[in-house]
Amino acid sequence: MNGSAAMALLRRDLLLAVRRRTEWILPLIFLAVVISLFPLGISPAPSLLGRIAPGAIWIAALLATVIALDGVFRSDFEDGSLEQFLIGDESLTVIVMLKVLAHWLVTGLPMVLLSPLLGLWMNLPIDAIPVLMATLAIATPILSLVGAIGVALTLSLKGGGQLLSLLVFPLYVPVLIVATAAIMASVDDLPYSPFLGLLTAGLILSLTLAPLGAAAALRISLS
Amino acid sequence: MIAVSNLTYERYFMPVFRPVNFDLSAGKLLVITGANGSGKTTLIRILAGILPLEWGSYQSAATTTTYLGHQLAVKDDLSVIENIRFMQSFYARQAQAAAERASPRSIAGRLGLDHVAAQPARSLSAGQKKRCALSRLLVVSADLWLLDEPYSNLDEEGVSLVDEIIADHAARGGSCIMATHGTHRPLRPEAAELRLQAGDVADIE
Repeated sequence: MNGSAAMALLRRDLLLAVRRRTEWILPLIFLAVVISLFPLGISPAPSLLGRIAPGAIWIAALLATVIALDGVFRSDFEDGSLEQFLIGDESLTVIVMLKVLAHWLVTGLPMVLLSPLLGLWMNLPIDAIPVLMATLAIATPILSLVGAIGVALTLSLKGGGQLLSLLVFPLYVPVLIVATAAIMASVDDLPYSPFLGLLTAGLILSLTLAPLGAAAALRISLS
Repeated sequence: MIAVSNLTYERYFMPVFRPVNFDLSAGKLLVITGANGSGKTTLIRILAGILPLEWGSYQSAATTTTYLGHQLAVKDDLSVIENIRFMQSFYARQAQAAAERASPRSIAGRLGLDHVAAQPARSLSAGQKKRCALSRLLVVSADLWLLDEPYSNLDEEGVSLVDEIIADHAARGGSCIMATHGTHRPLRPEAAELRLQAGDVADIE
């Protein structure tokens, strides 16, 4: 695919996101609401909150990602654009990659930008907040990429949304473990860069393999 | 342009239609007719490459193919102009050279969408949306067109617009295969007709 076609697709998806704000604003609000429930439901004690903050924020981010995920291919599937992409001359794998990128820019990136505020709410030590942001910045693209395979597989099913969460949560577990371990390590003043390295490796792996998988799954869903 | 031999498609262990054979040369039009459920859409979708080819074979000499199906691939949240502009830049490789490329507004004008060109596609009527989808034919210069019910939802004027676009395409040496249940017929006498008939188990044994 040449650059202008790629830019056209990216621009179209971002423009559509501007026109359909609820699709990405609702998951963000969901994330904020879940985090604000923790002090109410568990305990407002700052030390306890700070201790559970990494896990709580990351679990909420996982849930918010899954809520937003379905939108990555849904509208293109329903109006036939996906069919046209499938039979067109442009590589479906590259199209998938661009669509996931556009989707991450409107759903993942805002979560990264919101996370310092969430960290403060949960009394996460200030020093750990950059690490929280780094884990989200590196790992939410993994969630989007791996999730895209699940979305592509469940696209043509009724009630695919519930099945999607069953499919992708097991795959998200390693990301959750490593990401929270990185933040915990920085809270405890331990080296956290190995964890970030692991996450980056995961990002590279999913960046190379997930679009291929999602494109193959789309072919199955469309035929 | 495209040669098809003994092609059929099996669904629930039954062939959808009798195996079909045809050979379509450049600049010609083939009209696929048949009752509801006779497999017109299925055949078009196999030729487009959306459904897998399971029985029979086909060879296509077309370098690019444009498919227009029941799902129009028109984005509801984009205006007519934005839809056309996206197609132009996304299919820039297949589209005519930039110099002779028509402006989105003139394409909208040709399709009779001048007055609604800036409106989001969701506000269009079914017929207007269909016209908007037809812009794909004007933007992408493919040599083989696969049209599934190109006349559906269109008024008299829209029907003759489709005929006119297809005639222009044929004059440039392009081929066209269309599926229609026959209320509107292409006016051109040289069009060949292929009538699909319900398949029989014996056909695939």
